[in-house]
Amino acid sequence: MGRIILTPIITGKAFVLGDNIDTDQIIPAQYLTFNPSIPAEYKQFGKYALSSVPPSQAGLPQGHVPFHTTDEFVSDYTIVIAGKNFGCGSSREHAPIALDAAGIKAIVAEFYARIFFRNAVNGGYLVPFMCKTRLCDAVCTGDVLEIDTAAAILRNKTTGEEYRLEPLGEVGPIIDAGGLFSYARQQGMIKT
Amino acid sequence: MTAMTLSEKILAKHAGKPFVRPGDNVWCNIDILMTHDVCGPGTIGVFHKQFGRDAKVWDKNKVVIIPDHYIFTADVMANRNVDTLRQFVREQNLPHFYDVGTDRYKGVCHIALPEEGHTRPGEILLGTDSHTCTAGAFGEFATGIGNTEAGFVLGTGKLWLSVPATMRFVFQGNLPPYLMAKDLILAVIGDIGCDGATYRAMEFDGDGVYALDMEERMTLCNMAIEAGGKNGIIAPDRVTLGYVDARNKSKIAYEVVKSDPGATFMVEKVYDVTKMQPVVAKPHSPDNKAPVREVQGTKLDRAYIGSCTGGKMGDFRGAAKILDGKTVRIDTFVVPATSEIARQLKTERIGSRTLEEIFLAAGAKMGEPSCAACLGGPADTFGRLNEPMSCISTTNRNFPGRMGHKQAQVYLASPLTVAASALTGTITDPRDFVG
Repeated sequence: MGRIILTPIITGKAFVLGDNIDTDQIIPAQYLTFNPSIPAEYKQFGKYALSSVPPSQAGLPQGHVPFHTTDEFVSDYTIVIAGKNFGCGSSREHAPIALDAAGIKAIVAEFYARIFFRNAVNGGYLVPFMCKTRLCDAVCTGDVLEIDTAAAILRNKTTGEEYRLEPLGEVGPIIDAGGLFSYARQQGMIKT
Repeated sequence: MTAMTLSEKILAKHAGKPFVRPGDNVWCNIDILMTHDVCGPGTIGVFHKQFGRDAKVWDKNKVVIIPDHYIFTADVMANRNVDTLRQFVREQNLPHFYDVGTDRYKGVCHIALPEEGHTRPGEILLGTDSHTCTAGAFGEFATGIGNTEAGFVLGTGKLWLSVPATMRFVFQGNLPPYLMAKDLILAVIGDIGCDGATYRAMEFDGDGVYALDMEERMTLCNMAIEAGGKNGIIAPDRVTLGYVDARNKSKIAYEVVKSDPGATFMVEKVYDVTKMQPVVAKPHSPDNKAPVREVQGTKLDRAYIGSCTGGKMGDFRGAAKILDGKTVRIDTFVVPATSEIARQLKTERIGSRTLEEIFLAAGAKMGEPSCAACLGGPADTFGRLNEPMSCISTTNRNFPGRMGHKQAQVYLASPLTVAASALTGTITDPRDFVG
């Protein structure tokens, strides 16, 4: 929290998911007993991130791709590509936390459920980009992606394709600041 | 003055502005912040980290803490989380804490809030739970937030909110005896999809809504989030004010707000409730709607009657009417939402027997008031689906793994449909049992 997540370039391997990936799939309720404000427990969320996604839907297009490969807490993937309504369901901030703890720096979805989007932005965990192109049908799990955050362009280094992302708009300054608290301090709304 | 909807008017007032329009981002003063045992410890952690270990909350009378999720479990971490709440309440001297193991213990936060007088028309209620939108039934703007936002509100009493465009759903006519609010909202979600109201307010209106009691109105608003809605809301009427005034122990003043004539609704859908029929949401999404008649006969392993949308007195009256004098064919779990409802089940009668006696005589298992298996939880949670079984449930959400096992099949339905199905062991239309 409060760290800079909007680096000029975000690059890494894509993990591709479909539509309506809800918060129970992102982090099942049985793991919510961990307290994310305790660093040792924050790490645990990374281990269980995306653990309830049905296997056939995990790592599209082929599916049945494990999200964790070499490390049980941190994934080798850096960018999640998804379809519609990513993060629907519960208000649990544990959802963007789990993805952050697993090493995800950005998500690119068609659109988000609003509480997930707010949690990602206000908590400053990762950058929730949106793209009008249905990238979950165009990008394959394992493709190497590069997001130019200022230009709002996603380049698929594996295929050479390039996609325009939606501007971050009014939440841009909050993401840029690193979350709600950093933003409010910048604006003088709360004292340091 | 330009006309505004109910939700717009509440946000404008709390932002100190004469007018807001959909898409505006405004900083609002918050009337009530609610948190519970799952998101409370994280919220408290954010508050301490950002404002300091000795910081005080912005207004202790406006903070409500209701442990309800993982309560009757041996899970050490879950119990530690309730201890974290207790310590914070002691440090901050918070008056509105409903602790486990005391006479004040309530159960499910969304039902406890109105029972304890924390919901009032015209206010903004934020809670660290997506079903916080339940309280829109009382004519207030109520929505779910995360830990960081809740930590911010604890310290400042403010939060930025985007003004949602309002979708209006009008229900006309009187509800037939075989339908409940759950059927109405599942029909709406099925029609617009589980993302159909994303970033929108859902305002419910029409004589069919005003004929409902507060519990049924809460069920309607509760599931706005299952269509992606930011809030569900119903303008207050005499029924609302009767409930609120009877529970508003501190006599806190409130303002009755309604949508202006000529306010802009981005969508308006009209339903004739007399022509609607019992429905279920099939696995694995609340928008996977089917009329009960279409899926009747589907084999079930379990029935579950409980949660914020199925564990209220009206829900149990409906279920008991069907179960009275009969025996369930499958494991049936009954979980009152709150301790007040649990007590009432022991006193309210149909004929000579209390509702609790009717459930027990029918072979159902009774649980303690809490969220219980609605969201799975620790493995020893009452009613949790620990196997890949098929369950019909009065709860509000059925994404994969929601009630426990990832491969469990969960059908959402009204308490009438669940009770009828418990008697046959297959999905059953309540019209087979009630007129």
